[in-house]
Amino acid sequence: MGITFRKETFRDDFTFKNSPEHIRRFPFPFHEDAYMYAVNIEPHVVGPKGSVLENLIDVDEHYVAEMQDRALVLAEDPLRCQSLPHMTLAGWDLLELLMEQQALGYPEHFTLTRDGDRWRWINRPLGIDDTFTFGDTSTLPYGPMEYITRQSQGDFCILDQRDGNLWMDAGMVTTQADWSLDFDIGMNFFEWHAPVPLAHEKGIFTRALKFLTNIQQGKPARRLNWTMTVNPRLDTSPENYHKWGPDRATVTPENVGDKVHLRVELQSFWRLPRSNGIVFPIRCYLIKMDELVTQPKWARRLHRVIRDLPDELANYKGLTRYRPTLVEWLSKLDDGSPTSPGFGPD
Amino acid sequence: MSTGTTKLDVVVSDVVPVNELVTRFHFRRRDGQLLPTFSGGAHVVVEMRDGGRTRLNPYSLMGSPLDTREYTISVRRDDVGRGGSLFMHRSVRPGLEMVISYPVNLFSLDLRARKHLMLAGGIGITPFMAQTAQLAAEGGNFELHYTCRTASLGTYADVLRERYDRRIRLYHDDLDERIELDRLLSTQPLGTHLYVCGPAGMINWVRDRAAALGWPAETVHFEHFAAPQPGLPFDVTLAVSGKTTRVDEQQSLLEAIEAAGVDPPYLCRGGVCGQCETNVISYDGKFIHNDHWLSEEDHRSGCKIMPCVSRFEGRSLVLER
Repeated sequence: MGITFRKETFRDDFTFKNSPEHIRRFPFPFHEDAYMYAVNIEPHVVGPKGSVLENLIDVDEHYVAEMQDRALVLAEDPLRCQSLPHMTLAGWDLLELLMEQQALGYPEHFTLTRDGDRWRWINRPLGIDDTFTFGDTSTLPYGPMEYITRQSQGDFCILDQRDGNLWMDAGMVTTQADWSLDFDIGMNFFEWHAPVPLAHEKGIFTRALKFLTNIQQGKPARRLNWTMTVNPRLDTSPENYHKWGPDRATVTPENVGDKVHLRVELQSFWRLPRSNGIVFPIRCYLIKMDELVTQPKWARRLHRVIRDLPDELANYKGLTRYRPTLVEWLSKLDDGSPTSPGFGPD
Repeated sequence: MSTGTTKLDVVVSDVVPVNELVTRFHFRRRDGQLLPTFSGGAHVVVEMRDGGRTRLNPYSLMGSPLDTREYTISVRRDDVGRGGSLFMHRSVRPGLEMVISYPVNLFSLDLRARKHLMLAGGIGITPFMAQTAQLAAEGGNFELHYTCRTASLGTYADVLRERYDRRIRLYHDDLDERIELDRLLSTQPLGTHLYVCGPAGMINWVRDRAAALGWPAETVHFEHFAAPQPGLPFDVTLAVSGKTTRVDEQQSLLEAIEAAGVDPPYLCRGGVCGQCETNVISYDGKFIHNDHWLSEEDHRSGCKIMPCVSRFEGRSLVLER
């Protein structure tokens, strides 16, 4: 039984929706009724069947539509995909990782056949059947990173590791929460995290870097991050701020449930074997408030989290303008009863 | 050992004496699958079960990263060390089942380099075997200067010369041939990165001269594994786990902690990666620090120790483990 891929849009008429099964598997990021930064990193191991962790690289019902949206973004702005000259080897590492994982998790949709360095890749949802020579860029229509990330959900940053630091030297970034690869390319870990409030004071980045530079082959790690987005728009980039920034002023008590989306990033970290780099997939999941509150526990908890969020964080995440409207709307779904521990719905 | 890297169950597929001091060991996966891909400069930690004792020693992978049917390491016999190399030479035979770690690379090529200038001393040649194979396959620009005691102890010098011809320069101590280091370092094209692996004295010499000649620190890479040294036995108390154990003469502090059933994290077991850094709660005696991770200030403070390579002499030592 394969996935039924939805026909939907992440722009203009915004027809994106989650099916009831996808609502239940949504990676709700709050394990308690409050939120503060923590180094919430854990081993990226396979999780329960029916969850987004069932496979280490998740493919879901939005796959085809997300790949179409990515192609539209790239057509308008090719700089969303960049790879510095020394990162080609890491691109091949990533191609291998994503082909292997997608073929392993979804054999009905993807097939990888290897005969030495002669590889055949079949991607049925996108109608691709290519044979190429692994390591020979001239045998693919794009560079290896661009080729495979045009066929994989989520953004991908490839980090070079040197001088005890990580450097953002390649990436495919079209579904980002207001940051720009073109701006960050070539920066190190501390440089690209400079805008994040509060976390520096807590020493979080120093500890996180120490952890990440020690990520081992065969032992990936993951964490969740979150923000909110008005309208189910994947491309909330600084380059297109003029398109989505004004949306924040359109939230009213009548349309909160349809317009406001919780946006959760499942970030994972993998050591790449040939280049010794790290790849950092940032997989974005969207859910509109109307869908989220079908789970009463999530409705109660989200109300408490957003209501009590420190102002700096609310501001950084861009919620300030519509937070009162959202909290007011969510408050009607919070009867004050306790929530059960853990992330999942009751 | 639950910590560190993922383990690989392997079988010794071949044991090849290379010269009077060095023997090469080949490993394949017991399940017949390919081994994980690795990058030039990576090492694996080999678990040696020697009677009741377990030693875990790191060795550079020296095969081509393009061929993952087998891993190869070369072990130089050390007659006065703690016995790991002697165990490998005397007891490891084809067919023996062993456990090794996934590869870890703490001596990675900087792929931005326009040219890779490599300096090897003695058994320090091993990581360069893999790095040159990787670079040669990609058409990379490299040059290797290799110092050995005598031609017969020039491990793999013949192989390298045959593969790479004039890109390999050999220097024999017994013929009084020395690397003209200052001239070499002063005549490199812009964008060259320098890599050195060999005895501590050689590494220090090369790093000092490179710094004096204006090489940016980011372009100078070195592999500085310290082997744990034997020493006087001592007792250690592990406060968190409530255990006290003895560290034998031939055992490292980390091995003794593991033998007591406590598993601190580790990667290199050579005093460079920082994973096993341990806080000292109290002590009465003196530390013998052998690591390259802690600062001199840390060493003086008596608050931290790297149990993989450092020791202690005295009456009592209490660690936060």
